[in-house]
Amino acid sequence: MKRLISLPLLGVAAFSIGAAAPAPRVDGARLLADDPAPLLSAYHLFADDAAQLPSPGVTRYTLNTPLFSDYAEKFRAVWMPPGTAAAFTDKGVLDFPIGTTIIKTFAYPADFRAPDKAVRRIETRLLVRKAAGWVPISYVWNTAQTDAVLKRAGLRVPVSFIDAAGAARQIDYAVPNINQCKQCHLQGADVTPIGPTAANLNDGHQLAALASAGHLTGLPAVMPRLARWDDVAEPLPVRARAYLEVNCGHCHSPAGFASNSGLYLQHDEPDPAHQGIGKRPVAAGRGSGGLMFAIAPGDPDASILLHRMESNEPGVMMPQFGRTMSHAEGIVLVRAYIAGMKPK
Amino acid sequence: MLKYALLIAITATPATARTIIVNPGANAQERLQTALIDAKPGDTIRLGKGRFALADGLSLDVPNVAVRGAGPAQTILDFTGQKGEGEGLLVTANNVLLRDFAVENAKGNGIKSKASDGISFVNLRVEWTHGPKATNGAYGVYPVSSQHVLIDKVYVKGASDAGIYVGQSQQIIVRNSKAEGNVAGIEIENSYNADVHDNVATGNTGGILVFDLPDLPQQGGHAIRLFRNQVIANNHPNFASAGNIVASVPSGTGVMVMANRDVHVFDNDIKDNGGNGVMIVAYQNKFTDVHYNPLPREIAVRGNRFAGNGSKPAFPGGAQIASAIGGTLPPVMWDGITGYTVPGGAVTQAAGSIFVNDSPLLNLNLKMQGAQPTAAQPEVAKMLIAAPLTVPAVVVLPAAQEARANAK
Repeated sequence: MKRLISLPLLGVAAFSIGAAAPAPRVDGARLLADDPAPLLSAYHLFADDAAQLPSPGVTRYTLNTPLFSDYAEKFRAVWMPPGTAAAFTDKGVLDFPIGTTIIKTFAYPADFRAPDKAVRRIETRLLVRKAAGWVPISYVWNTAQTDAVLKRAGLRVPVSFIDAAGAARQIDYAVPNINQCKQCHLQGADVTPIGPTAANLNDGHQLAALASAGHLTGLPAVMPRLARWDDVAEPLPVRARAYLEVNCGHCHSPAGFASNSGLYLQHDEPDPAHQGIGKRPVAAGRGSGGLMFAIAPGDPDASILLHRMESNEPGVMMPQFGRTMSHAEGIVLVRAYIAGMKPK
Repeated sequence: MLKYALLIAITATPATARTIIVNPGANAQERLQTALIDAKPGDTIRLGKGRFALADGLSLDVPNVAVRGAGPAQTILDFTGQKGEGEGLLVTANNVLLRDFAVENAKGNGIKSKASDGISFVNLRVEWTHGPKATNGAYGVYPVSSQHVLIDKVYVKGASDAGIYVGQSQQIIVRNSKAEGNVAGIEIENSYNADVHDNVATGNTGGILVFDLPDLPQQGGHAIRLFRNQVIANNHPNFASAGNIVASVPSGTGVMVMANRDVHVFDNDIKDNGGNGVMIVAYQNKFTDVHYNPLPREIAVRGNRFAGNGSKPAFPGGAQIASAIGGTLPPVMWDGITGYTVPGGAVTQAAGSIFVNDSPLLNLNLKMQGAQPTAAQPEVAKMLIAAPLTVPAVVVLPAAQEARANAK
């Protein structure tokens, strides 16, 4: 599926409009206030709320391998207070300064064969780095698409669209509640962003562009890189493990919500048992689907990991939330990865 | 940080603690979840009488909050229509009391706590109301990676794994509770310092299990006492999904101790279980974790009252063994495995003994971890007494946790 859609949504044009009317400045003080604003527009993150043009200083970015969220298109951007910059880190997310706001809008075109047209924004999630740590805030767009309203307890939103193959799809899109935000974003005791690691931002030029724009310091000569899950030029296991890290590894890590499972899906986890290879379930319950191992090498249909990716049933499906439909393309990838393993 | 300091201040002055009332009715999901998010430390969320129809899992991430209903028959969190999430109710904060309500038909687990220090489950009912089924959720109450865990007067029915499951936790009391019609009634897994007493486990596949498994952040389960429990007629066919460790529990098992050290089973009534009254076994699957010890060590079974067990053993070879020794299994069986091979290393023998004075004892003499049941050399011994073993220390929870859990 196409990764980037409509110019108005992504706001590429924003950087060329400055002359006519002064664009509003991002309200950094409002972002850092104790109570979140009732309306997204209060922060002035966008120069034009209707068109979603980023305000000056708001920089969009893309990830090599994104999280699957029911095929929603995502607009990602970051804002840092003027005069500040993120510091490069080799592992984990970049070290962003206090005041940083990471912005992610989830949207659906009416028809994925015409992805620039009739785009409906569903929600915009913010992660704001306050002095005491990152704080997640979610906004749900109104029907008129003129502003988005604070939602803390989550919401189900009916969404229908035509998929890339021309099939009509209907989902009960789930906007997460604030605790669910934390379930994925908590590592140990701290909420942290997941996407913007140096490795996942490293598409060959994005990190350098951030650095030359003054948004990133300390860039080394050799930078880590996470594979693109959908780049067939890359080795299959590397792509599959990148996919698993991004889609599963935020919980399935030694410091994540699923630490007690002993299944760790970072792309560089060294221990085969922790990767799931030949690993028996611990607390999967009926989620095991009657299968013996998380990954049965060479036998995808005998692998619990794939079974839970394929399921859409609460109590069985993985991730536990964040999707209501299965990701056919991701399943193909992980299936091929397991099939290509040497049986034990 | 300012906000955090403010919250601490509220905790320290109970006068400011609020009671938030949430009743069933329209939009219950959002109203209840909002209350769980907006609660401040010290607050009590009062759930009204009636049935809350819930469309998604609920979660609580605020410390020092009590969620109280009008009683396990009066206040029902009904997850029959649940569309998402792995639990009915998830708690991820410290010092939380859950009391006086029911959770029905959760799609995954009933109530889970993760990494909670001071979690109390009191006078709750967690039930899958269509009886034992493979499609029921896995665990009824499920504290994991938690500390100071109290489970008191909890009733669980129909879990497709364990009714009451405590995993990778420390300082645990499970008491006055009843587990019925689950695969495992009560299961203590990879946990340290647990007192399991005055409970009833009946109609499950296995009554009370104490397990230790490899490849997990916390392993080396130890210091566990099972006493004054009623472990009666746990003969339900196993309905767990294959692959899970409890799927290997034979129907008819009263108490099962697998791996672990320093487990004492005493003063229980263990009756009418078709297989073993008490089974002491090694973890028999292959493993690669060099830090894992698959053997049961320093296990004491003493002073229990047995009757009517052992007439229909369901484990492989059980019927043959029973017929060879007079038709009925003795109340206590040990697989007799005393050695294992460390992955990539040397053969290791068990340090510490098995002490059984509830005679007679059936010893299968399998010797080495991984030996097949066909290699058994069954032997009935009157008793197996090495030096008496030191009883694990009594588990004492913080007085404030006990007082709060018991307060009207």
